Amino acid sequence: MAEYQNLFTAVQATGPLGDGAPLPRGDWRRSGKPFLWHLIGRIGNAQIGPVYLGGLGVASLVFGTLAFNIIGFNMLASVDWSPLRLIQQLFWLALEPPAPQYGLSIPPLAQGGWWLIVGFLLTVSMMLWWVRTYRRARQLGLGTHIAWAFAAAIWLYLVCGFFRPILMGSWSEAVPFGIFPHLDWVSAISLRHGNLFYNPFHALSIVFLYGSVLLFAMHGATILAVGRYGGEREIEQIVDRGTASERAALFWRWTMGFNATMESIHRWAWWFAVLCPLTGGIGILLTGTVVDNWYLWSMKHGVVPSYPQVFPVSIDPALLGGK
Amino acid sequence: MSNFSTRISTSLRWVGAILGAAILVGCERPPVETVQGGYRGTSMGQVYNQRVVNQDLAKNTAPASLPPASADGPKAKDIYQNVKVLGDLSVAEFARTMASITAWVAPDQGCGYCHDLANLADDSKYTKVVARRMIEMTKHVNTDWKKHVADTGVTCYTCHRGNPVPAEIWFAPKDRKHAANSVMGDLAGQNIASPTVALTSLPFDPFTPYLLGDAPIRVNGTEALKVTGAGANRASTKQAEHTYGLMVHMSDSLGVNCTYCHNTRSFQSWSEAPPQRVTAWHGIRMARDLNNAYMQPLTPTFPAERLGPKGDVAKVNCATCHQGAWKPLYGTAMAKDHPSLMATVATAANADTAAAAAATAAK
Repeated sequence: MAEYQNLFTAVQATGPLGDGAPLPRGDWRRSGKPFLWHLIGRIGNAQIGPVYLGGLGVASLVFGTLAFNIIGFNMLASVDWSPLRLIQQLFWLALEPPAPQYGLSIPPLAQGGWWLIVGFLLTVSMMLWWVRTYRRARQLGLGTHIAWAFAAAIWLYLVCGFFRPILMGSWSEAVPFGIFPHLDWVSAISLRHGNLFYNPFHALSIVFLYGSVLLFAMHGATILAVGRYGGEREIEQIVDRGTASERAALFWRWTMGFNATMESIHRWAWWFAVLCPLTGGIGILLTGTVVDNWYLWSMKHGVVPSYPQVFPVSIDPALLGGK
Repeated sequence: MSNFSTRISTSLRWVGAILGAAILVGCERPPVETVQGGYRGTSMGQVYNQRVVNQDLAKNTAPASLPPASADGPKAKDIYQNVKVLGDLSVAEFARTMASITAWVAPDQGCGYCHDLANLADDSKYTKVVARRMIEMTKHVNTDWKKHVADTGVTCYTCHRGNPVPAEIWFAPKDRKHAANSVMGDLAGQNIASPTVALTSLPFDPFTPYLLGDAPIRVNGTEALKVTGAGANRASTKQAEHTYGLMVHMSDSLGVNCTYCHNTRSFQSWSEAPPQRVTAWHGIRMARDLNNAYMQPLTPTFPAERLGPKGDVAKVNCATCHQGAWKPLYGTAMAKDHPSLMATVATAANADTAAAAAATAAK
């Protein structure tokens, strides 16, 4: 007898391989002959493919690949075309936005021009991919929840790399394309604007980020725990609860007095996930454009506690005539 | 099936172990000790690892001073020729100072590193000219930069540690090979693992703008909301990265965390900052002063092989003296045993005044 309480999928139910619902005329043919892959079946569905690529998918991949390659070749050039050093330094390397003196003008290729081109290509690529998620959902008769969740992430990307730099009047304010360098940017924008932790929208964003993790853990654990009663068939249980659903609900009512339902838990998860980049984006958009110093802002509005003085008082030497 | 599962879980465990090991080799081996600094709950701790501290301790142990010499007898300038900066010392103290300097700076090379042994007064070796200027620099630091070095002071050993060229110096960084004729791969002065900024990807030359030039280090504004016009804070995020690079250099050079000088909830706040920040503030100005007043003018004195890739002279930064310790040599006061290095630079005017005073006293 199959058991579902396992952390890995122990039983793989496989039916005849199929392409899925037929598509209307004018759509692309699906590519790839579907096949089964047992290892993948341990963490998901064992059937791989077919993929619906479509015009939007192809265009998105073309733009994305171009951007990826321009970033890669710039990184390679920055280590004097040494493949070994590219691997060594990969996490440190970046394609950097233009220097502040270029403002919003178009800089020479070598001084940030490539960054501007890549930003454009990547944005087009993501937009095309967004339309693709919307169109595929519609084609399958689904709601467009996935597309809108993706749009929330694109919003944060555009705020950091496009909207805020424009409002600040300088491309240099944007994020570099690189692993550590984009983290340096995160630290630097926080340092420049008096500590982003005192930005209430940053706080909200963290609430939704950690909240998402918490909800995900609670929901995943609950469903696995009631798997022995068929609890993973959540959609049916929205209308016909059954003992799995009842037991899950009882557990949470007993432990914390309140429970989400088989349906509402997914709204909780969706809103928490979507609100994380939405609120974060608002916070970044206000940084430097409206609020210059979040620490001082928080002081002004009584958000920050003051602590007892433990050090001898230091006076800014610059105020004492030091240079 | 179960065999297969076992194989899978065994290989998964191996992959996990290898990945875990790969991640951990980048870490500092525990145990780590935290020492609380600021008010409780503000996380202003200093983090120490005993093994790292031991390494720094070994590097930062001061040698014993030579036994004191008599201050009586004729002065060096009256006995020797061409003595310009230590001439007021007694011959015995002068010899002691020379012996100390040899032990601090050129223990393997000996007197001949600076002197023509056939004619000690000869200035033909560049090292002698540099050494004379460095003695003046030491006196200048001990006299005019007490806000940074206090009464502890510095000696040649503070930087040299037995090396003719101090281990921690800086030059303007070399350009990458194809920088001049390449339309790709601009580093923008950062984004490569660099020891000057503790192997981060921060701007790798925070010295030229701040320790040679006096570009503004502060990027924080004093207004909560954005203001336009004259009071606007126009510092950019990239500028903050440069300041961050300088601060990482300081932290790395002193072996301390940010919280040694800052309450990190507000880096700009002086009222919440530990007093060390004031000392550090003067230290930045001191390094800038020494680079401009002492090192830069020596550029033509040095032979080409002592200059940097761009032909610039070796310069000082925080690591030059500190070398991993929050106080160089953990605060050992070597200079007090060498009053000749503590005194004000003897200028011609000073010498005249001293002579006049001596004449008055004789009457």
